[in-house]
Amino acid sequence: MLEVQNLSMRFGGLLAVDQVSLDVQEHEIVSIIGPNGAGKTTVFNCMSGFYRPTGGKILFEGREIQNKPDYKISRLGLVRTFQHVRLFGRMTVVENLMVAQHRHLNTNLLSGLVATPDYRAREQKALDRAAYWLERVGLMQQSNLEAGNLAYGQQRRLEIARCMVTEPRLLMLDEPAAGLNPAETRELDQLIISLKEDYNVSVLLIEHDMSLVMGISDRINVISQGRPLAQGTPDEIRNNDDVIKAYLGEA
Amino acid sequence: MVAHNFRHAFFCAVITLIIAWPILGFKLVAEGTQITVNGASAFTWIAVAVAAFIVFLFQLFRDRIMGGLGGLAELNPMADREPMPQEKRVRLENIGLGVLIAIALFWPFFVSRGSVDLATLVLIYIMLALGLNVVVGLAGLLDLGYVAFYAVGAYTFALLSNYWGISFWMALPIGGLMAALFGLVLGFPVLRLRGDYLAIVTLGFGEIIRILLNNWTSVTGGPNGIGGIPDPTLFGMEFGRRVKEEGNTSFHETFGIAYAGEHKVIFLYLIALVLAIITAFAIRRLMRMPVGRSWEALREDEIAARSLGLSRTGVKLSAFTIGAFFAGFAGTVFASKQGFISPESFVFLESAIILAIVVLGGMGSQMGVILAAIAVTILPELAREFAEYRMLIFGAAMVLMMVWRPQGLLPMRRRQIKLKAET
Repeated sequence: MLEVQNLSMRFGGLLAVDQVSLDVQEHEIVSIIGPNGAGKTTVFNCMSGFYRPTGGKILFEGREIQNKPDYKISRLGLVRTFQHVRLFGRMTVVENLMVAQHRHLNTNLLSGLVATPDYRAREQKALDRAAYWLERVGLMQQSNLEAGNLAYGQQRRLEIARCMVTEPRLLMLDEPAAGLNPAETRELDQLIISLKEDYNVSVLLIEHDMSLVMGISDRINVISQGRPLAQGTPDEIRNNDDVIKAYLGEA
Repeated sequence: MVAHNFRHAFFCAVITLIIAWPILGFKLVAEGTQITVNGASAFTWIAVAVAAFIVFLFQLFRDRIMGGLGGLAELNPMADREPMPQEKRVRLENIGLGVLIAIALFWPFFVSRGSVDLATLVLIYIMLALGLNVVVGLAGLLDLGYVAFYAVGAYTFALLSNYWGISFWMALPIGGLMAALFGLVLGFPVLRLRGDYLAIVTLGFGEIIRILLNNWTSVTGGPNGIGGIPDPTLFGMEFGRRVKEEGNTSFHETFGIAYAGEHKVIFLYLIALVLAIITAFAIRRLMRMPVGRSWEALREDEIAARSLGLSRTGVKLSAFTIGAFFAGFAGTVFASKQGFISPESFVFLESAIILAIVVLGGMGSQMGVILAAIAVTILPELAREFAEYRMLIFGAAMVLMMVWRPQGLLPMRRRQIKLKAET
């Protein structure tokens, strides 16, 4: 479904990502782990179109996307969240979800001004979808609060809901458990598995919380200093000597 | 702390002296062909010294004074009130708006010509401020050259009527569209810019338009401006004493009433009123449409908006274009009201005033912006008796306003949406 081939990203003299390859199949949760500054988020930024990679190819459902602008990539169904939550803080929770459904709505100015039946039908459908996802992530009570006033864990969940209303094919989560307490992390765990099982969305995950990563990943890619270090199932990674060295240092 | 305050206060007092000394302390008097410098009277000197001393005292006890002023907000009994539930508020607002519009429709028949003229100007400013509110308040793009679009609207009408004799009603949509086109043209180069950089480029654009109008003498008449811009007609009826254009009839003859200059003024006022209402309602709908939400999303977080599939180009250009369109409308009405326009009317100060209206009213809030437009246009007129001090009073009022209510007169309220699943 997603295939990254020999991806490289160079910033001036710094080679942040060097020949990284990975792939995600349908109905799969794949993780990227690695020490801080290993280049995980840079890989994400290349895939979501914020950076133009200096080398390599990114194929999404058979199409090359490495030179497409970010908004077109997300319209293909490759949607991401951010390491630091990026919500529309002064808009309400519902409005956040409505913005995300922009391309499912009738954006013709005239039909909006006179509120044609088609416009209203689509608007209502978007509201229903927003309501469904708010119920799903447990934010129904907060639907009319400004997103910036939510608690941190709620903001995280809203960000995932905001991606899901766009009906993505592949969801990229950048450290979704950062700043969550253990109970919230367990909930998140359930939510991510449910995304895969119930909504048939593949997930690509960057995460430092090893219990979360080991628990839900089908496969794991390890990156260290911009270079791929290992890939395999959680069990293989857990017993890989290189990975242990990279994380714990040489004994 | 006190030592620091003392030094700061002393510094401020010295600055006051340095500024006041040459401005108030010397007078230039023309004696024949010569100009001599005279010292001011002793009274002025004492006043300057007293002023410096007051500044010194204020700065010395500033924390305590401002703390005391901060308590003033608590005197307002409405301060801690629970916000009204949305349904009640909307109903109240609708009733209020209805009454307001009804009054606005009928009051010009009972007041003086001067007030109606001023009210027309207020309505023009309301249109401008509502349009700029889209760009600055909703899309968060700081535009300091907004007056350029106003100028484009006004000059479009003036030139069309001057060269091709096109009437007000034809020129109104053309003026709006021309301004929108200029908005689009400005939008392209500034797509990548934000904040301060955007402000500087738009400022430059505003000046380019004004200087172009000023120097392209063969077409625009340069600083002499364009005169003889026709008044709007009502189904081919003119409001002048004599009919200027063939085929038209005159209003007072058709209805068999005596000619009165007020008819024209009131008619213009009513046109401006209708256009302002249309502007307000159109923008209100736009705010709740996908395009309005995407403006706000772009203001809140551009990267997140793009990651959700919003194209920066489309969203920014639509904000600039729609904002400019309404400025073009306002410009056409302005040209028709004045009958004469020159680049003088479209200086940077105008942009600044319109921006001040938006900020004072509360970014993004329509009712706030309308109130602020009324206040900002009428206050300087009311303060006319203070002659040269009226701009000073105006400035002081603005500073106080921003200290006490930085969020604006009526900050924007978010619309509450009831979701079906909630019941």
